[in-house]
Amino acid sequence: MNTPGPDGAAPATVPATPTREALATRPEPLWPYALLGIALGIVFIRAEVVSWFRIQEMFRFQAFHMYGIIGSAVAVGALGVRLIRRFEARSFTRRPMEIPTERFEAPGYQYWLGGIAFGLGWGLLGACPGPIYVLFGSGVTVMGVAFLSALAGVWTYGALRHRLPHS
Amino acid sequence: MELLTRPWPWYVAGPIIGLTVPLVYLYAGRKWGISSTFRDVCAATFPHGIEHFRYSWRHVGGWRLTMALGLVVGGLLAGVTRSDDVAISEATRSDLAVLGITDFSGLVPAEIFSWASLGTLPGLVLIIGGGFLVGFGTRYANGCTSGHAISGLSALRLTSLVAVIGFFVGGLIATHVLLPLIMGGGL
Repeated sequence: MNTPGPDGAAPATVPATPTREALATRPEPLWPYALLGIALGIVFIRAEVVSWFRIQEMFRFQAFHMYGIIGSAVAVGALGVRLIRRFEARSFTRRPMEIPTERFEAPGYQYWLGGIAFGLGWGLLGACPGPIYVLFGSGVTVMGVAFLSALAGVWTYGALRHRLPHS
Repeated sequence: MELLTRPWPWYVAGPIIGLTVPLVYLYAGRKWGISSTFRDVCAATFPHGIEHFRYSWRHVGGWRLTMALGLVVGGLLAGVTRSDDVAISEATRSDLAVLGITDFSGLVPAEIFSWASLGTLPGLVLIIGGGFLVGFGTRYANGCTSGHAISGLSALRLTSLVAVIGFFVGGLIATHVLLPLIMGGGL
Protein backbone atom coordinates (compact mmCIF):
# COMPACT_ATOMS: atom_id res chain seq x y z
CA MET A 1 0.00 0.00 0.00
CA ASN A 2 2.63 2.50 -0.94
CA THR A 3 0.95 3.90 -4.02
CA PRO A 4 1.31 7.64 -4.42
CA GLY A 5 -1.79 9.76 -4.02
CA PRO A 6 -3.58 10.93 -7.17
CA ASP A 7 -1.78 14.24 -7.15
CA GLY A 8 1.58 12.66 -6.68
CA ALA A 9 1.97 13.97 -3.16
CA ALA A 10 2.48 11.67 -0.23
CA PRO A 11 1.36 8.05 -0.44
CA ALA A 12 -2.40 7.97 0.12
CA THR A 13 -2.29 5.80 3.20
CA VAL A 14 0.86 7.14 4.86
CA PRO A 15 0.35 10.86 4.42
CA ALA A 16 3.18 12.31 6.44
CA THR A 17 6.04 10.26 5.02
CA PRO A 18 6.83 11.24 1.44
CA THR A 19 10.20 9.59 1.86
CA ARG A 20 10.39 7.96 -1.55
CA GLU A 21 10.79 11.31 -3.28
CA ALA A 22 13.01 12.77 -0.58
CA LEU A 23 15.34 9.78 -0.88
CA ALA A 24 15.58 10.00 -4.66
CA THR A 25 19.11 10.80 -5.69
CA ARG A 26 19.35 14.33 -7.05
CA PRO A 27 16.33 16.47 -7.87
CA GLU A 28 15.80 16.85 -11.62
CA PRO A 29 16.21 20.28 -13.27
CA LEU A 30 12.99 22.20 -12.71
CA TRP A 31 12.99 24.62 -15.64
CA PRO A 32 11.13 22.22 -17.97
CA TYR A 33 8.19 22.44 -15.55
CA ALA A 34 8.13 26.21 -15.96
CA LEU A 35 7.91 25.78 -19.74
CA LEU A 36 5.20 23.15 -19.30
CA GLY A 37 3.23 25.53 -17.09
CA ILE A 38 3.54 28.36 -19.62
CA ALA A 39 2.41 26.08 -22.46
CA LEU A 40 -0.55 24.78 -20.46
CA GLY A 41 -1.48 28.31 -19.39
CA ILE A 42 -1.67 29.38 -23.02
CA VAL A 43 -3.69 26.29 -24.02
CA PHE A 44 -6.07 26.77 -21.07
CA ILE A 45 -6.77 30.35 -22.15
CA ARG A 46 -6.94 29.72 -25.91
CA ALA A 47 -9.32 26.78 -25.49
CA GLU A 48 -11.31 28.78 -22.89
CA VAL A 49 -10.93 25.99 -20.31
CA VAL A 50 -10.40 28.66 -17.65
CA SER A 51 -13.70 30.35 -18.44
CA TRP A 52 -16.48 30.36 -15.84
CA PHE A 53 -18.86 30.51 -18.80
CA ARG A 54 -17.47 27.27 -20.26
CA ILE A 55 -17.84 25.47 -16.93
CA GLN A 56 -21.46 26.64 -16.73
CA GLU A 57 -22.04 25.44 -20.29
CA MET A 58 -20.57 22.06 -19.31
CA PHE A 59 -22.71 21.62 -16.19
CA ARG A 60 -25.77 22.60 -18.25
CA PHE A 61 -24.88 20.05 -20.97
CA GLN A 62 -25.18 22.74 -23.65
CA ALA A 63 -21.98 22.08 -25.61
CA PHE A 64 -19.55 19.28 -26.29
CA HIS A 65 -16.44 21.49 -25.94
CA MET A 66 -15.38 20.68 -22.34
CA TYR A 67 -16.39 17.01 -22.63
CA GLY A 68 -14.32 16.77 -25.81
CA ILE A 69 -11.32 18.29 -24.05
CA ILE A 70 -11.51 16.09 -20.96
CA GLY A 71 -12.36 12.97 -23.01
CA SER A 72 -9.57 13.38 -25.55
CA ALA A 73 -7.10 14.32 -22.81
CA VAL A 74 -7.90 11.09 -20.95
CA ALA A 75 -7.69 9.05 -24.19
CA VAL A 76 -4.24 10.44 -25.05
CA GLY A 77 -3.07 10.21 -21.42
CA ALA A 78 -4.25 6.60 -21.10
CA LEU A 79 -2.56 5.61 -24.36
CA GLY A 80 0.69 7.21 -23.17
CA VAL A 81 0.55 5.48 -19.78
CA ARG A 82 -0.21 2.18 -21.51
CA LEU A 83 2.82 2.52 -23.79
CA ILE A 84 5.08 3.49 -20.88
CA ARG A 85 3.95 0.39 -19.01
CA ARG A 86 4.15 -1.88 -22.05
CA PHE A 87 7.74 -0.90 -22.82
CA GLU A 88 8.66 -0.40 -19.17
CA ALA A 89 10.07 2.97 -20.14
CA ARG A 90 12.45 4.64 -17.74
CA SER A 91 12.33 8.32 -16.98
CA PHE A 92 14.79 10.67 -18.64
CA THR A 93 16.18 11.75 -15.26
CA ARG A 94 16.30 8.17 -13.89
CA ARG A 95 13.80 8.90 -11.20
CA PRO A 96 11.40 6.06 -10.33
CA MET A 97 8.13 5.83 -12.27
CA GLU A 98 5.28 6.73 -9.94
CA ILE A 99 2.47 5.38 -12.08
CA PRO A 100 -0.25 4.10 -9.74
CA THR A 101 -0.53 0.35 -10.10
CA GLU A 102 -3.54 -0.41 -7.95
CA ARG A 103 -6.53 -0.06 -10.25
CA PHE A 104 -9.44 -1.43 -8.28
CA GLU A 105 -8.74 -0.15 -4.80
CA ALA A 106 -12.11 0.24 -3.05
CA PRO A 107 -13.08 3.91 -3.19
CA GLY A 108 -13.47 5.13 0.38
CA TYR A 109 -15.66 7.95 1.68
CA GLN A 110 -13.02 10.54 0.89
CA TYR A 111 -13.46 10.13 -2.85
CA TRP A 112 -17.23 10.62 -2.64
CA LEU A 113 -17.36 13.35 -0.02
CA GLY A 114 -14.21 15.15 -1.12
CA GLY A 115 -15.24 14.82 -4.75
CA ILE A 116 -18.66 16.36 -4.12
CA ALA A 117 -17.14 19.19 -2.05
CA PHE A 118 -14.68 19.90 -4.86
CA GLY A 119 -17.48 19.79 -7.45
CA LEU A 120 -19.56 22.31 -5.47
CA GLY A 121 -16.58 24.64 -5.45
CA TRP A 122 -15.85 24.02 -9.13
CA GLY A 123 -19.44 24.84 -10.08
CA LEU A 124 -19.47 28.07 -8.06
CA LEU A 125 -15.96 29.37 -8.75
CA GLY A 126 -15.93 28.01 -12.31
CA ALA A 127 -12.25 27.21 -11.94
CA CYS A 128 -10.27 24.27 -10.66
CA PRO A 129 -6.73 24.72 -9.27
CA GLY A 130 -4.90 25.13 -12.62
CA PRO A 131 -7.25 27.81 -13.94
CA ILE A 132 -7.02 29.71 -10.63
CA TYR A 133 -3.31 30.30 -11.38
CA VAL A 134 -3.91 31.00 -15.08
CA LEU A 135 -6.78 33.44 -14.52
CA PHE A 136 -4.76 35.31 -11.92
CA GLY A 137 -1.94 35.68 -14.44
CA SER A 138 -4.32 36.77 -17.19
CA GLY A 139 -5.44 39.74 -15.13
CA VAL A 140 -8.42 38.44 -13.12
CA THR A 141 -6.54 39.43 -9.98
CA VAL A 142 -9.47 38.74 -7.66
CA MET A 143 -8.59 35.06 -8.25
CA GLY A 144 -5.83 35.75 -5.71
CA VAL A 145 -8.61 35.84 -3.12
CA ALA A 146 -9.94 32.50 -4.42
CA PHE A 147 -6.40 31.14 -4.11
CA LEU A 148 -6.09 32.26 -0.47
CA SER A 149 -9.54 30.86 0.20
CA ALA A 150 -8.49 27.53 -1.35
CA LEU A 151 -5.42 27.52 0.91
CA ALA A 152 -7.75 28.05 3.87
CA GLY A 153 -9.79 25.06 2.65
CA VAL A 154 -6.70 22.88 2.36
CA TRP A 155 -5.50 24.00 5.78
CA THR A 156 -8.91 23.26 7.30
CA TYR A 157 -8.77 19.78 5.80
CA GLY A 158 -5.31 19.26 7.27
CA ALA A 159 -6.51 20.36 10.70
CA LEU A 160 -9.70 18.24 10.64
CA ARG A 161 -8.23 15.28 8.80
CA HIS A 162 -8.48 12.81 11.67
CA ARG A 163 -12.12 13.60 12.32
CA LEU A 164 -13.28 13.18 8.72
CA PRO A 165 -14.39 9.78 7.40
CA HIS A 166 -11.83 8.08 5.17
CA SER A 167 -12.01 4.69 3.41
CA MET B 1 -4.80 35.30 -37.40
CA GLU B 2 -7.67 32.85 -36.96
CA LEU B 3 -5.39 30.83 -34.71
CA LEU B 4 -5.06 33.75 -32.34
CA THR B 5 -8.62 34.98 -32.28
CA ARG B 6 -10.80 31.87 -32.36
CA PRO B 7 -10.99 29.48 -29.40
CA TRP B 8 -8.85 26.41 -30.00
CA PRO B 9 -11.08 23.40 -30.71
CA TRP B 10 -11.35 20.58 -28.21
CA TYR B 11 -9.48 18.13 -30.46
CA VAL B 12 -6.41 20.38 -30.32
CA ALA B 13 -6.50 21.38 -26.65
CA GLY B 14 -7.55 18.00 -25.19
CA PRO B 15 -4.70 15.92 -26.68
CA ILE B 16 -2.12 18.56 -25.67
CA ILE B 17 -3.39 18.49 -22.09
CA GLY B 18 -3.49 14.67 -22.13
CA LEU B 19 0.06 14.49 -23.47
CA THR B 20 1.22 16.20 -20.28
CA VAL B 21 0.66 12.98 -18.32
CA PRO B 22 3.09 10.69 -20.24
CA LEU B 23 5.47 13.62 -20.79
CA VAL B 24 5.90 14.27 -17.06
CA TYR B 25 6.27 10.53 -16.44
CA LEU B 26 8.92 10.26 -19.13
CA TYR B 27 10.80 13.26 -17.82
CA ALA B 28 10.93 12.37 -14.15
CA GLY B 29 8.41 9.62 -13.39
CA ARG B 30 6.16 12.08 -11.60
CA LYS B 31 2.38 11.85 -11.52
CA TRP B 32 0.96 15.06 -12.97
CA GLY B 33 -1.33 17.04 -10.69
CA ILE B 34 -1.79 20.68 -9.78
CA SER B 35 -3.86 20.93 -6.61
CA SER B 36 -1.10 19.55 -4.38
CA THR B 37 0.63 22.90 -4.83
CA PHE B 38 -1.96 24.31 -2.39
CA ARG B 39 -0.78 21.80 0.19
CA ASP B 40 2.85 22.69 -0.57
CA VAL B 41 2.11 26.38 0.03
CA CYS B 42 0.39 25.57 3.35
CA ALA B 43 3.39 23.42 4.36
CA ALA B 44 5.76 26.22 3.38
CA THR B 45 3.95 29.09 5.05
CA PHE B 46 1.72 27.99 7.90
CA PRO B 47 2.18 24.31 8.80
CA HIS B 48 1.23 25.03 12.43
CA GLY B 49 2.49 21.61 13.51
CA ILE B 50 -0.24 19.80 11.58
CA GLU B 51 0.85 16.34 10.50
CA HIS B 52 -0.63 16.76 7.00
CA PHE B 53 1.77 19.66 6.38
CA ARG B 54 4.89 18.12 7.90
CA TYR B 55 6.89 17.07 4.87
CA SER B 56 9.72 18.43 2.78
CA TRP B 57 7.64 20.60 0.48
CA ARG B 58 10.70 21.71 -1.50
CA HIS B 59 11.64 18.15 -2.41
CA VAL B 60 8.15 16.84 -2.91
CA GLY B 61 6.50 19.87 -4.46
CA GLY B 62 9.29 21.97 -6.00
CA TRP B 63 8.48 20.67 -9.49
CA ARG B 64 4.76 21.44 -9.36
CA LEU B 65 5.28 24.83 -7.69
CA THR B 66 7.55 25.69 -10.62
CA MET B 67 4.82 24.54 -13.01
CA ALA B 68 2.27 26.68 -11.13
CA LEU B 69 4.48 29.75 -11.65
CA GLY B 70 4.58 28.83 -15.33
CA LEU B 71 0.78 28.70 -15.39
CA VAL B 72 0.62 32.26 -14.07
CA VAL B 73 3.10 33.44 -16.72
CA GLY B 74 1.28 31.51 -19.47
CA GLY B 75 -1.96 33.17 -18.39
CA LEU B 76 -0.27 36.54 -18.55
CA LEU B 77 1.12 35.90 -22.04
CA ALA B 78 -2.12 34.56 -23.49
CA GLY B 79 -4.42 36.80 -21.52
CA VAL B 80 -3.15 40.12 -22.83
CA THR B 81 -3.70 39.11 -26.45
CA ARG B 82 -7.30 37.95 -26.27
CA SER B 83 -10.25 40.29 -26.27
CA ASP B 84 -13.27 38.56 -27.81
CA ASP B 85 -16.27 37.04 -26.03
CA VAL B 86 -16.11 33.43 -24.89
CA ALA B 87 -17.81 31.39 -27.62
CA ILE B 88 -20.44 29.72 -25.44
CA SER B 89 -23.76 28.48 -26.82
CA GLU B 90 -26.84 30.67 -27.11
CA ALA B 91 -28.66 28.37 -24.68
CA THR B 92 -26.08 29.04 -21.97
CA ARG B 93 -26.19 32.78 -22.64
CA SER B 94 -29.93 32.92 -22.17
CA ASP B 95 -29.80 30.69 -19.07
CA LEU B 96 -27.20 32.99 -17.52
CA ALA B 97 -29.14 36.11 -18.53
CA VAL B 98 -31.98 34.82 -16.35
CA LEU B 99 -29.50 34.84 -13.45
CA GLY B 100 -28.64 38.45 -14.22
CA ILE B 101 -25.38 37.85 -16.07
CA THR B 102 -25.23 39.95 -19.23
CA ASP B 103 -21.55 40.84 -19.65
CA PHE B 104 -19.90 38.13 -21.76
CA SER B 105 -16.86 40.19 -22.71
CA GLY B 106 -14.25 38.42 -20.55
CA LEU B 107 -13.28 34.89 -19.60
CA VAL B 108 -15.31 35.26 -16.42
CA PRO B 109 -18.43 37.36 -15.70
CA ALA B 110 -17.22 40.83 -14.78
CA GLU B 111 -20.33 41.33 -12.63
CA ILE B 112 -19.11 38.71 -10.14
CA PHE B 113 -15.36 38.32 -10.51
CA SER B 114 -14.22 41.77 -9.48
CA TRP B 115 -12.79 43.20 -6.26
CA ALA B 116 -15.88 45.33 -5.82
CA SER B 117 -18.21 42.32 -5.84
CA LEU B 118 -16.40 40.69 -2.90
CA GLY B 119 -18.76 42.66 -0.70
CA THR B 120 -21.89 41.25 -2.39
CA LEU B 121 -23.52 37.89 -1.69
CA PRO B 122 -22.73 36.35 -5.13
CA GLY B 123 -19.12 37.54 -5.01
CA LEU B 124 -18.68 36.28 -1.48
CA VAL B 125 -20.20 32.84 -2.11
CA LEU B 126 -18.70 32.22 -5.56
CA ILE B 127 -15.17 33.50 -4.99
CA ILE B 128 -14.55 32.90 -1.29
CA GLY B 129 -16.97 30.01 -0.74
CA GLY B 130 -16.15 28.37 -4.07
CA GLY B 131 -12.41 28.77 -3.51
CA PHE B 132 -12.64 27.26 -0.04
CA LEU B 133 -14.58 24.23 -1.30
CA VAL B 134 -12.17 23.70 -4.19
CA GLY B 135 -9.27 23.65 -1.73
CA PHE B 136 -10.98 21.56 0.94
CA GLY B 137 -12.48 19.10 -1.55
CA THR B 138 -9.36 18.57 -3.57
CA ARG B 139 -7.33 17.60 -0.50
CA TYR B 140 -10.10 15.45 0.97
CA ALA B 141 -10.49 13.60 -2.34
CA ASN B 142 -6.71 13.67 -2.79
CA GLY B 143 -6.77 15.21 -6.25
CA CYS B 144 -8.46 17.64 -8.62
CA THR B 145 -9.35 17.75 -12.29
CA SER B 146 -5.72 17.19 -13.32
CA GLY B 147 -4.81 14.54 -10.74
CA HIS B 148 -8.05 12.55 -10.84
CA ALA B 149 -9.88 13.31 -14.10
CA ILE B 150 -6.77 13.32 -16.32
CA SER B 151 -3.91 11.48 -14.53
CA GLY B 152 -6.09 9.12 -12.49
CA LEU B 153 -8.43 8.13 -15.31
CA SER B 154 -5.42 7.75 -17.61
CA ALA B 155 -4.18 5.07 -15.21
CA LEU B 156 -7.73 3.60 -15.20
CA ARG B 157 -8.19 3.99 -11.45
CA LEU B 158 -11.56 3.24 -9.89
CA THR B 159 -11.00 5.72 -7.05
CA SER B 160 -10.41 8.48 -9.59
CA LEU B 161 -13.60 7.57 -11.45
CA VAL B 162 -15.55 7.86 -8.19
CA ALA B 163 -13.93 11.21 -7.45
CA VAL B 164 -14.81 12.50 -10.93
CA ILE B 165 -18.42 11.38 -10.50
CA GLY B 166 -18.35 13.29 -7.20
CA PHE B 167 -17.00 16.38 -9.03
CA PHE B 168 -19.97 16.25 -11.38
CA VAL B 169 -22.55 15.62 -8.66
CA GLY B 170 -21.22 18.67 -6.80
CA GLY B 171 -21.01 20.78 -9.94
CA LEU B 172 -24.56 19.95 -10.98
CA ILE B 173 -25.89 20.86 -7.53
CA ALA B 174 -23.93 24.13 -7.59
CA THR B 175 -25.14 25.02 -11.08
CA HIS B 176 -28.79 24.02 -10.85
CA VAL B 177 -29.59 24.54 -7.16
CA LEU B 178 -27.11 26.91 -5.50
CA LEU B 179 -26.59 29.46 -8.28
CA PRO B 180 -30.32 30.19 -8.75
CA LEU B 181 -30.66 30.50 -4.95
CA ILE B 182 -27.72 32.90 -4.65
CA MET B 183 -28.43 34.95 -7.76
CA GLY B 184 -32.18 34.51 -8.00
CA GLY B 185 -32.86 38.05 -6.92
CA GLY B 186 -30.59 39.45 -9.58
CA LEU B 187 -27.31 41.07 -8.78
